[in-house]
Amino acid sequence: MKKFLACLTVLVMMCSFASALADEAFIIGCIGPTTKDYAQYGLAVENAAKLAAEEINALGGIQFTVIGEDDEADGEKAVYAYYDLMDKDMDILLGTVTSGACMAVADVAKEDRMFMLTPSASNDLVPDSGDQIFQVCFTDSNQGTLSAKWIKENRPDAKVGIIYNNAQDYSMSITASFETTAKEIGLEILAKAAFSDDSAANFSVQVQAMKNAGVDFVFLPIYYTPAITILTQAKAASYEPVYFGVDGMDGVLGVEGLDPALVEGVYMLTPFDATSSNPMTVNFVTKYVDQFGSVPNQFAADAYDGMYILKLAIETAGITPDMDYADICETLISTMTTISYDGITGSMSWTADGLATKLPSVVMINNGAYVTAQ
Amino acid sequence: MIPFLTNLVNGISLGSVYAIIALGYSMVYGVAKMLNFAHGDVIMVAAYVSFTATQYWGVPPLVSVLMSMVVCTLLGITIEGLAYKPLRQAGSLAVLITAIGVSYLLQNLALLIWGANPKVFTSVVDFGGIRLFGGELVISDEIIVTIISGIAVMLLLTWFTGKTKMGRAMRAVSEDKGAAQLMGINVNFTISLTFAIGSFLAAIAGVLLCSSYNTLMPTTGSMPGIKAFTAAVFGGIGSIPGAMLGGLLLGLIEVFGGSYVSTELADALVFAVLIIILLLKPAGLLGKNVQEKV
Repeated sequence: MKKFLACLTVLVMMCSFASALADEAFIIGCIGPTTKDYAQYGLAVENAAKLAAEEINALGGIQFTVIGEDDEADGEKAVYAYYDLMDKDMDILLGTVTSGACMAVADVAKEDRMFMLTPSASNDLVPDSGDQIFQVCFTDSNQGTLSAKWIKENRPDAKVGIIYNNAQDYSMSITASFETTAKEIGLEILAKAAFSDDSAANFSVQVQAMKNAGVDFVFLPIYYTPAITILTQAKAASYEPVYFGVDGMDGVLGVEGLDPALVEGVYMLTPFDATSSNPMTVNFVTKYVDQFGSVPNQFAADAYDGMYILKLAIETAGITPDMDYADICETLISTMTTISYDGITGSMSWTADGLATKLPSVVMINNGAYVTAQ
Repeated sequence: MIPFLTNLVNGISLGSVYAIIALGYSMVYGVAKMLNFAHGDVIMVAAYVSFTATQYWGVPPLVSVLMSMVVCTLLGITIEGLAYKPLRQAGSLAVLITAIGVSYLLQNLALLIWGANPKVFTSVVDFGGIRLFGGELVISDEIIVTIISGIAVMLLLTWFTGKTKMGRAMRAVSEDKGAAQLMGINVNFTISLTFAIGSFLAAIAGVLLCSSYNTLMPTTGSMPGIKAFTAAVFGGIGSIPGAMLGGLLLGLIEVFGGSYVSTELADALVFAVLIIILLLKPAGLLGKNVQEKV
């Protein structure tokens, strides 16, 4: 009996010790597609968030524990992942990675009062889906507008065409804002061709449509995976226009097996340049390559910045991990609009709506590296 | 005229890839009476094997194609032996669910081994293609090889099932398993052989698919797989010329629908045509001819 009691005492002590430990660190939930079609983005965010947490924990001040969950970029699965994280005592949600899933989670999180900082959900509707959501990335319409203006100013003679993904919010909203701005500023669009994720293997029709319309400047508001296929097939059909991608094109140089000559001269919008000599970027890229074996993309950079933004906001507001997540949420909402952060994806501060005041810059691929486009 | 010809060539090329994949589906269905939904993922494995061989081991492209053929043939036999053979007497639903399970297993294994980042697959053929009408009409080398392979595969399979002993055994098993066994045909061996041939075709399809449409991901095989399955049903599942015809038509409808109607509606159009054909001919285009079954 004595032995039993002693065991019990030890057990109780251990339990209280464990819970005390758990209360010393902020539990950061991270939801994104770590399998299926968009796995490269979800994994990038989760990896970078964990990397940032390691660095921050090593400083000895604020402690973070990152718990990743897979949502396959699907809204319903994202909500389940969210509930699961709630069971694991999540304090703050870094996510979700994709816009559709983010809005689905926001609906629930808004009621629960769970603070959300999304590294990469760039849809325009994301900030509206809850007062407790803030973005690290810029919004899609920003990119469409900026691209149209840049082309009009710098390439006034361009015969513009668009190839977009009509099964994806991201691509559709950039395309819409591009067209609206183009109309306003008098930039003519000669051809427009759509594809969907289901037909993202054969682009002969879209390439042919551009060629027939005499397009020499193709705007690609899509991710780089289909973009590579488009470039290859256009080249095989002896059609080599100038390409202009958005932030989804970023990371293309890191793709294994890619012949850099294929993407030479491609323009794109990006907040992050992995080849930059900025010491913060160099540190991040070196560590990321060491741990995960590939060059980080913009999603990873946004997530890395995201963790440091949380650190800054928590320090500024003086939040402690033993606080209730709803209290953390209210405090963070009022703090976010007062801070500004200078990270590897640029300098930013936040509006009350949760929008980051950060603008993408136009770069061009030159000899396998980004240079600022003229 | 030139845009029309370009579309025609592109359509035939896309159709040939669908056709080769559809042949695999159709043969396995004809003999084993099951839908092997893992077929599309064997295609993906083929492409990854070829990619690994050329990129990491410096193997010449053509040798890498042979390697992926060997690996996929073995993979097909293994899958059949481990996952489908024990279910030979089970209901068709159990086998179908197992096939879907194998499909997910292969995708996730690929995710583990090769990671989530897409890879760029370097084309295994490179002789520059041909230009007609003063360079107006460009037919790429991948397209030429794909079309020739499609025709060759169909001719070989027709010869194999019609003239060889094993091919005839396959047809016998397809028509009546019980009677075939009574006639001294080793049914289990014949089914394994069918899987081996089906997976061998998947390897060819995988390499051709990724040579033309050059990004490679763990999910690369799933959509072409589903489209090819559609093509097999379209042409009459179980029939070799049917699978070929179904694949070609599907490719042509997709390309022509995209260029002359709307790129937004290309897929809807493909499936609308499919529904109409199946309403008019429920067995598929060439499905009625039972003698042609593999």
